[in-house]
Amino acid sequence: MDSWRKNPVVFWALNLPPTIWLVVFFIIPLGLIWVISFGEKRGVVDIEITWTLDNYLRALDPLYLGIFWKSIWMAFLATVVCLIVGYPVAFAIAFAPSRWKPLLLLGLMVPFWINILIRTYALIAVFRTRGYVNFTLEWLWEKAHAALTLIGIDPTWLLGARFDPLQLLYNNFAVNLGIVYAFFPFMVLPLYANIEKLDRTYMEASLDLGAGHWRTFISVVLPLTWHGALSGIIIVFIPALGAFFIPDLLGGTDSQLIGNVIERQFKSANDWPFGAALSFLLMYATFGALALRSLIAGRKQGLEI
Amino acid sequence: MNETAPIISIRGVTKRFGPVTAVDDVSLDIRPNEFFALLGPSGCGKTTLLRMLAGLEVPSAGAILIDGHDVTGVPPNRRPVNMVFQSYAVFPHMSVFDNVAYGLRVVKTPAGEIEPRVREALAMTQLEGLAARKPDQLSGGQRQRVALARALVKRPKVLLLDEPLSALDAKLREAMQLELVRLQHSVGITFIIVTHDQNEALSMANRIAVMEAGQIRQVARPAELYEYPNCRFVADFIGKMNLFEGRVVACEDARVHIEVKGVGRLALPADQIVAPAPGSEVGVAVRPEKIRLHREPAPEGRVRLRGRVSEVAYFGDASHVYLVLEGGPKISANLQNEARTAVPGVVAGDELWCSWDPNDTLVLTR
Repeated sequence: MDSWRKNPVVFWALNLPPTIWLVVFFIIPLGLIWVISFGEKRGVVDIEITWTLDNYLRALDPLYLGIFWKSIWMAFLATVVCLIVGYPVAFAIAFAPSRWKPLLLLGLMVPFWINILIRTYALIAVFRTRGYVNFTLEWLWEKAHAALTLIGIDPTWLLGARFDPLQLLYNNFAVNLGIVYAFFPFMVLPLYANIEKLDRTYMEASLDLGAGHWRTFISVVLPLTWHGALSGIIIVFIPALGAFFIPDLLGGTDSQLIGNVIERQFKSANDWPFGAALSFLLMYATFGALALRSLIAGRKQGLEI
Repeated sequence: MNETAPIISIRGVTKRFGPVTAVDDVSLDIRPNEFFALLGPSGCGKTTLLRMLAGLEVPSAGAILIDGHDVTGVPPNRRPVNMVFQSYAVFPHMSVFDNVAYGLRVVKTPAGEIEPRVREALAMTQLEGLAARKPDQLSGGQRQRVALARALVKRPKVLLLDEPLSALDAKLREAMQLELVRLQHSVGITFIIVTHDQNEALSMANRIAVMEAGQIRQVARPAELYEYPNCRFVADFIGKMNLFEGRVVACEDARVHIEVKGVGRLALPADQIVAPAPGSEVGVAVRPEKIRLHREPAPEGRVRLRGRVSEVAYFGDASHVYLVLEGGPKISANLQNEARTAVPGVVAGDELWCSWDPNDTLVLTR
């Protein structure tokens, strides 16, 4: 790493463009937003930087704190669901016959090639009252109805007089489902990479020593693939925390997340200073999560992250 | 010899991986308290056979009995055998103590019993004082001891060892060979070791099964295997061997006459040979250390051949001398360097006689 001293021209030729890119398109805009978060609105477009803390104090209003808390909770829930569903999926791919593996990974990746908005609208088509889930349930209901009538049991008592489609959209369930659906591959891929790397003989040794499959998973697989899980947790949790169009499209009136509030400040409410303050609070929360992760990972193995 | 019931009985076991037959209709009995070696070149199916004993592979056909019970479909965690893996597979996230205790904890051994048994296993493998270490703070040899202790603490009926010494350096390997034999004596259970190293098998095992292409070629005690191989493969695989092809021309006067290509006609005592019919193709073999070298024609009654020294490989205690016989084929002889001399007695280009006792000749029909 000290070769740059010997060859400064090459070093700068290679590193200047990305540095400029980062400074111009990341550091400066971020700094601007940070500065704006200490500003006050003067008229429609003018913002005066007065270094006031009012925006932050306003963000600490119970109303916004509640939304913050709810966002963290929803992101946490989605992360847990991704983790619980992701492990078996990652396992299945890692242990699939090698000619199936590329296909399965492709199946996981293909949705990435389609715009997330389109995929979210597709979810609406699947889950709305006249959507495919309800069509399937209705079909099952009719079959069950017919079968019960056939064997002489009155179906009304068991199944009701007619099929009531389930209200699957425009509630918190739908938002959670949408977030899980959008970020699921981010959980599976690092898990898969870790499980794939895991020496199978550890599992064989555990079985050989008398442990069942479940015990082997808890005592051997989980501790040895924990780093993949941690990476997955972080890269699902952080974007889930900032999600805004998923609750917009799939959520109901009570499904507002912090992402929606921020988006509204910058757009319809035209209150950039407040939006900037909320953004930075969200970022600090994210930093907190990352610090927590490093702490856990560091204690676990003393490994570098 | 030993008429007690076998501890392991392998009956017509076959294992196929897709189109590949790794183990091909193997039947084998292993007796209690044996140090048994499965020996063969890589890819001969010996590890697959061992993994089937552990339950890590399921046979495509046949049955495996451990201590009289059919365990063919029994999963590995419910078999009274334990395995030392080639890579050791010592759990990297657990201390030495936890590694050894793992096999006891998962079967809910009473807590008071775990600590003394782990201590005992650690003492047996000379790991006292390392109990708190993590595997990455151990040397390769120590990791292997952990793998051994972890298996022995379970008090298995049979200990399976998959190439346990292949990752150690030569000095350590020799020490571990002696220690494994000592350990097997002191715990008094059956050890089954898989190895591709014939020296390892010969020096450690009571009995050896030589495998090739998924089949067992010969099962015998080490000396028997070395001196009386039953086929060309075993003769060639174990130790060094001069192997010639010949044809039986006649059997008369309790002697078998064999015409060996490039060597001439040999008359061998028939009682050493399982009566090959005249006309059959046989392998004629003799070990290099059974061959003597002479400046003058060798005495009567020995197989005598004349040749010219092509190479001499000097090993300190012995030299391997390669002769090109008059008829064309090469033969190698071991020369013990008994007298101290800085000038080798035999050099390339020497014209010599070599001879051996006809009784030392092997005739191989397979």
